[in-house]
Amino acid sequence: MTTKTESKLEKLLARGEFVISGEIGPPKHAGPEGIVKHAENLKKYIDAANITDNQTAIVRMSSIAAAFHVLRSGLEPVIQITCRDRNRIGIQSDLLGAYSLGMRNVLCLSGDHQSFGNHPTAKNVYDIDSIQEIKLVKDMRDSRKFLCGEEIKQNEPRYFIGGVANPFADPLEFRVARLEKKINAGADFIQTQAIFDMGRFEKWMEMVRKRGLHERTNIIAGLIPLKSHKAARYMQKFVSGMLVPDEIVYRLEKAKEPQKEGVELCVEQIKHLKQIEGIKGVHIMAVAWEEIIPTIVEKAGLFPRPSL
Amino acid sequence: MSEFYPKIVAFCCYYCAYSAADLAGSMRLQYPSNIRLVEVPCSGRVDVLMILKAFEKGADGVYVAGCLEGDCHFLKGNYRAKKRVLYAKKILDEIGIGGERLEMFNLSGSSGPRFAEIAEEMVTRISKLGPSPLNSRLVSFPNCKDATAGN
Amino acid sequence: MIVAENKPFHDILGLIEDAKKILIVGCGGCVAVCLSGGEKEVGVLASALRMSRKKEGNPLETVEVTLPRQCDPEYMDMLKGYVKEDIDCILSLGCGVGVQFIAERFSKWVIPAQNTKFAGGTIAHGIWEERCGLCGECILYKTGGICPIIRCSKSLLNGPCGGSQNGKCEVDKNLDCGWQLIYDRMKKFGKLDLLLKIEPPKDWSKSRDGGPRKVVREDVKIS
Repeated sequence: MTTKTESKLEKLLARGEFVISGEIGPPKHAGPEGIVKHAENLKKYIDAANITDNQTAIVRMSSIAAAFHVLRSGLEPVIQITCRDRNRIGIQSDLLGAYSLGMRNVLCLSGDHQSFGNHPTAKNVYDIDSIQEIKLVKDMRDSRKFLCGEEIKQNEPRYFIGGVANPFADPLEFRVARLEKKINAGADFIQTQAIFDMGRFEKWMEMVRKRGLHERTNIIAGLIPLKSHKAARYMQKFVSGMLVPDEIVYRLEKAKEPQKEGVELCVEQIKHLKQIEGIKGVHIMAVAWEEIIPTIVEKAGLFPRPSL
Repeated sequence: MSEFYPKIVAFCCYYCAYSAADLAGSMRLQYPSNIRLVEVPCSGRVDVLMILKAFEKGADGVYVAGCLEGDCHFLKGNYRAKKRVLYAKKILDEIGIGGERLEMFNLSGSSGPRFAEIAEEMVTRISKLGPSPLNSRLVSFPNCKDATAGN
Repeated sequence: MIVAENKPFHDILGLIEDAKKILIVGCGGCVAVCLSGGEKEVGVLASALRMSRKKEGNPLETVEVTLPRQCDPEYMDMLKGYVKEDIDCILSLGCGVGVQFIAERFSKWVIPAQNTKFAGGTIAHGIWEERCGLCGECILYKTGGICPIIRCSKSLLNGPCGGSQNGKCEVDKNLDCGWQLIYDRMKKFGKLDLLLKIEPPKDWSKSRDGGPRKVVREDVKIS
């Protein structure tokens, strides 16, 4: 099987493996130890890890730098580049630099608005949007061109390109169209927003399959393991773009051991998602609970992970 | 300051408060002579500038008296007056004169006794507050030139 | 119109602290229409400033004048007679353009009394909303007459971000999602297929990013 890039994620997907990616949030300081520890603990249990880019617009160590520590620890990183903080010059420059450091996957996204973060008075950039960013990465790889049209004479960055999709945002019908745009722009894989409302997700997947989009990209379903009903309620109320049904909140509230119940729920979701046509893997976003990932992966019967 | 005699300007709507004042008169009701009545065709005629000018020219208190809510002869004038009074109170607070020196009242043309009551109420309130900070010291007032060019 | 809003009163008071006599200049253009810098607002501000200063025992003398517009040199001429020797500074209730036109024309210290907010329109009496991002290259023909550059908080050009829920923007639950509005309108006109086209990166050089802009019309120049 030929692949476009050197990405391990791409190779596993091409082989038909059900992939698991995780997420590591860089620290709010300049020390790499925490990232390295997470990477070492997770590397046997997940195939790749997203390294978030100033998530929720809070200043953290840069995604690329943190990803470098992850890579050195033996785990494949997926760098994230939002359109919020850099213009087309900065984005292309970072893509070149990150590739030179060994990065092979990139996730393109608009980014949370700065009003959510710790610098709400910042000026945002949004020179290009996430779809234009996907196309830019693809054109650099496949046409060996910068956005301006100038040729990349040698060593073009060859990224496995990711985009995000939120089946829980509105308008629902346009969510599928937007996914199609991302695929047309060049998204090789798509990570979805965390799924709690399985009914709505399946409805969305049905629309996706109807347009044959699941065959044109690799859809990886997003999940967040919940620690408590409070976490669930918080996401339901305050995190934009999320849909958390009340049943889930109640289930955790009633549970004697909420953390165990949260793991149980996540494992159930994985097993269910594995049965849905067109789902190529899961993306577990255990933000600030990274240590739970091995348990979930084992319980879901997805351990050991395949090697290349 | 033992004999503080507050100067109070009352912007009175022709259809209610002004008639009520008349009625109070014919009923031989006593009300304080501190009140300077300014007849307006509707409380909605009163704007922020009129209120501020009253204070600037020496009023210790100002009130606007309009029709009962829902009974405005021009339908909504008294609601507008109410909003402007609120805004002017904010400005008076900012300046340091104090928004409590300004009030909006609603009454009907037949409520002569209520008119006298309001006048009493305002005089009591302002007497307690003392003179407007603008009147409490002798500061000569500079000339204000108003002009509008080109119109 | 250009929509502006008065600076907080105490800020203005602080900015004219050292002055004994000021010229307060209103504008009869946009800011008069949005009720923040016309003749009446000049009167209210002048009166408030005088009273405040009188209370402090440091009286302020004011001269009030409202020009038909502050953004044209011919109206600026009318100000000449008011900018006298004894004026310590000029307080403009014009938008940022007006303030600068006064500064360019007269060698007097000029102070803005307003925060210039946006190019917008009246939604209802007392409510104004932003409508134009002044990007220099209008794309409203592609989006059903609703501007994604200014009505989407992220100026996205290819559809709504993942934060659009129930027609509202993630930034503020009271703010309409610009892309939801565009979607609804395109749907109504049977033009949803237009939204499937990938909109290329915008040429921001036509916007402010290209440096201060200028429009020259040879046909209407007089000399």
